[in-house]
Amino acid sequence: MNNQGRPTASSQAAQNDHQTFTGNRALQVEEPLIFETGRLDVTGVDIEAPAKVASRLGAFERKGSMGLPGLTEPEAMRHYVRLSQKNYSIDAGLYPLGSCTMKHNPRFNEAMARLPGFCDVHPLQPQSTVQGALELIDELSHWLLELTGMKAAAMSPKAGAHGEMCGMMAIRAALEARGEVASRKVVLVPDSAHGTNPATAAAIGFSVRAVPARSDGTVSVEAVKAALGPDVAAIMLTNPNTCGLFEPEIVEIAAAVHEAGAYFYCDGANFNAIVGKVRPGDLGVDAMHINLHKTFSTPHGGGGPGSGPVVLSERLAPFAPLPFIRKLDDGARVFVEHETEAQDAQPFGRLCAFHGQMGMFVRAFAYMISHGADGLKQASEDAVLNANYVRVGLRDLMSQPFGDKPCMHEALFDDEWLKGTGVTTLDFAKAMIDEGYHPMTMYFPLVVHGAMLIEPTESESRASLDLFIATLRDLAMAAKAGKTERFTGAPFHAPRSRLDETRAARAPVLRWVPPAPATNAEAAE
Amino acid sequence: MRYHPLSGADRADMLARVGVNHIDALFADAPQDKLLRAPLGLPNGVSELQAGRILGRLAARNLTASQAPFFLGAGAYKHHVPASVDHLIQRSEFLTSYTPYQPEISQGTLQYLFEFQTQVAALTGMEIANASMYDGSTATAEAVLMAHRITRRRKAVLSGGLHPHYADVVRTMSHMADDNVDVLPSDITAREDIISRITAETSCVIVQSPDVFGNLRDLEPIAKACHDHGALLIAVFTEAVSLGLVTPPGDMGADIVVGEGQSIGNGLNFGGPYVGLFATRSKYLRQMPGRLCGETVDGEGRRGFVLTLSTREQHIRREKATSNICTNSGLCALAFSIHMTLLGETGLRRLAEVNHANAALLADRLSLIDNVSVLNETFFNEFTIRVKGDAVLLVERLAGQGVLAGVPVARLAPGSGLDDLILVASTEINTDEDRETLARALDHLINGAA
Repeated sequence: MNNQGRPTASSQAAQNDHQTFTGNRALQVEEPLIFETGRLDVTGVDIEAPAKVASRLGAFERKGSMGLPGLTEPEAMRHYVRLSQKNYSIDAGLYPLGSCTMKHNPRFNEAMARLPGFCDVHPLQPQSTVQGALELIDELSHWLLELTGMKAAAMSPKAGAHGEMCGMMAIRAALEARGEVASRKVVLVPDSAHGTNPATAAAIGFSVRAVPARSDGTVSVEAVKAALGPDVAAIMLTNPNTCGLFEPEIVEIAAAVHEAGAYFYCDGANFNAIVGKVRPGDLGVDAMHINLHKTFSTPHGGGGPGSGPVVLSERLAPFAPLPFIRKLDDGARVFVEHETEAQDAQPFGRLCAFHGQMGMFVRAFAYMISHGADGLKQASEDAVLNANYVRVGLRDLMSQPFGDKPCMHEALFDDEWLKGTGVTTLDFAKAMIDEGYHPMTMYFPLVVHGAMLIEPTESESRASLDLFIATLRDLAMAAKAGKTERFTGAPFHAPRSRLDETRAARAPVLRWVPPAPATNAEAAE
Repeated sequence: MRYHPLSGADRADMLARVGVNHIDALFADAPQDKLLRAPLGLPNGVSELQAGRILGRLAARNLTASQAPFFLGAGAYKHHVPASVDHLIQRSEFLTSYTPYQPEISQGTLQYLFEFQTQVAALTGMEIANASMYDGSTATAEAVLMAHRITRRRKAVLSGGLHPHYADVVRTMSHMADDNVDVLPSDITAREDIISRITAETSCVIVQSPDVFGNLRDLEPIAKACHDHGALLIAVFTEAVSLGLVTPPGDMGADIVVGEGQSIGNGLNFGGPYVGLFATRSKYLRQMPGRLCGETVDGEGRRGFVLTLSTREQHIRREKATSNICTNSGLCALAFSIHMTLLGETGLRRLAEVNHANAALLADRLSLIDNVSVLNETFFNEFTIRVKGDAVLLVERLAGQGVLAGVPVARLAPGSGLDDLILVASTEINTDEDRETLARALDHLINGAA
């Protein structure tokens, strides 16, 4: 049956297991690629015949087969449903990926995003015909500004990293207006930062100067002052930081940065810890992106789409990119889409076609009004409480790199406690898979050896946390007891065991290619 | 609150277990004078029923593409997407999973990305494709940066047929990175001489086909001129369905092909989320931005898929990464891939033929109207008309009559002196009646005819 180039399990363990003819295991069904089962002459979409017209394609009509097979609808349904069954998801279990905020994705949000008034509207319709869409974006931006204490919101960035780009471009535009763009070419980035921070700074021509963290995992104002100078454009700081800690000297850092004539970019990836508790604008932040797909519950979708609006301080507000919404005297709203219409503003340019991730705006707004000011604050408090509950539940078995003190919305452990056990952070994480959990974020932040960053979010019940803690305790005790067989080579019960990543990178196979026709010699075998 | 499982009693117990009296003790590191004491100026939470009323009221104030004869394009197209596509992408395991960093429990996502990459490469006529970008415009800007890396030059030449928003995105990025960009003036009828702009400093030439005015462009001589000068040709498309009927850029010598994938599998969504497609030649693999999914085997020799070549990416390379992109358009790529799988090349070709035929019928009908002329010699499903009078006003008045007629060029490029041009698209959704309604309304407004 296994005729699609998928060798059946051959290890000793698998052979001793109850082998099946198909290689399937009950609900876990092996699924070939569409290119191996589809046929070029099949289509799953019935389309009326085209009218007969004279071609207007000139000399540019496509010739020959593309090599793209089709499946009928029942075949396609089965293909994708089977694929879906090989994925972990929030809906199926706790997803403790630190820094990713894998909270519940309300289905109400999905329903609202699919109202025809939102999903079946073209971005360039006359603005008089889309006043509801503009009002929603304007309202969402109002909520974001209230929650952050900032002056203006740039709504078009398509994800967090795009938001970083937006914020840093606004900073660069402000420096340009001050005539200091050539002299300020350095951006300070702590060692613990997300990789997107230095990548963003470098992409728009800044060089990166690292700021070391203290032994307690936070950044000191002294270290920032030591790195500041007339060549510094900005600092990019995450708060709460990637170690799960609120930066205690953030106000002093902001003051020092401003004193030195630079700007304060805050990575808002961890905003879920502080919504309704403290406002970045009150801390001295000049620009911060907000991952709507983290804090405001829009689904991650297996890696996107996201949405990364950026809030800006008074200093940077004039440089917000196109388009932005202007409210007219008669109450109507319009998108300002071109520099010529910008009036007093000095937009730095355009980040993407059209106006941003409307589908994500609807979902995030549905989440916000459902929660309200009270619910949003409660969400942050519960997220922080849940993380600390996990931390306290594991602290006697697992080591905390910065001592036993409260965390924000994520609990960080290192691999000190695994020393001498023969088990690594990777092994431990993979063993969690066998227990039915998605692993935590591992080996990040880079400043912590063998880091394990656990973010349970506010969506977990106490019972769920208790089981999670009990499971990790059992694993931790097994590791310490030398039961390496539970870890080495784990996972054992997933649709696949550990995959050979070295092989994937050494000789990359990035697309399906038709098998070469069998030669006579092979056919004879 | 319906989304919060912790009860008051849970919270009290858990705080005690953590060893604090009050939740604010966990916020002790935050500057205490900055903690919010007074409630924010925002309303409190509401029920799902009430939230639905609020959003429903906002949605009702938009005229939808299904409520009116609809002819807008200019980078976003309304197509019929089979109902099964939206059903499938809402499967929990697709919708609520993260980026597939743990391949053992992410084979579903990884396999569809591998299939997606294969489909995109085949459609564009290229060797490899990545696992998606945010949209067509940002993919274009990333392609320019990639060309700079490959050629070690920093001057891009932009065709006057490139979508003005795309040109603006490239211009913004180039300005910020201190790169140069040579933007040709709006080129309505594909007559620009872009080849003479290519020099030994040129890193890349960016040409869209079908261009924003709808014209099909011959990329071959441009590709040759680029290669003669050591530059790369970046081909752009904004209507992916066109690839079912039009010679793919890969067959005409393009080095990088980028485009908007929205029109396959994805709705209009007022401009986003969409899905950027990015394809190139194998030899440029290591300069490519974005995620890549590759085939490998697991410990038992079974085929499996992983994210690969991540040494190009920000989480490994940091400031030396090929791009800062992290989250991309996974679920939109899935929608694209499912729709493409349902179509197959047979269905895609037929869909493209219907689009082309409908646009041709519309062009013929509109040509009959006095003071309206179709400017294109070639087109796929979108073309440019010149009308008597101000196109923005005309389109606004047509909307008032319940006809969404097209995109005035002045909406995209004000001040370019193209105030009498409208981009008009026709896809499979349009009926004879739609075309007739548009033609009569246009005739009436321009010529006062009955």
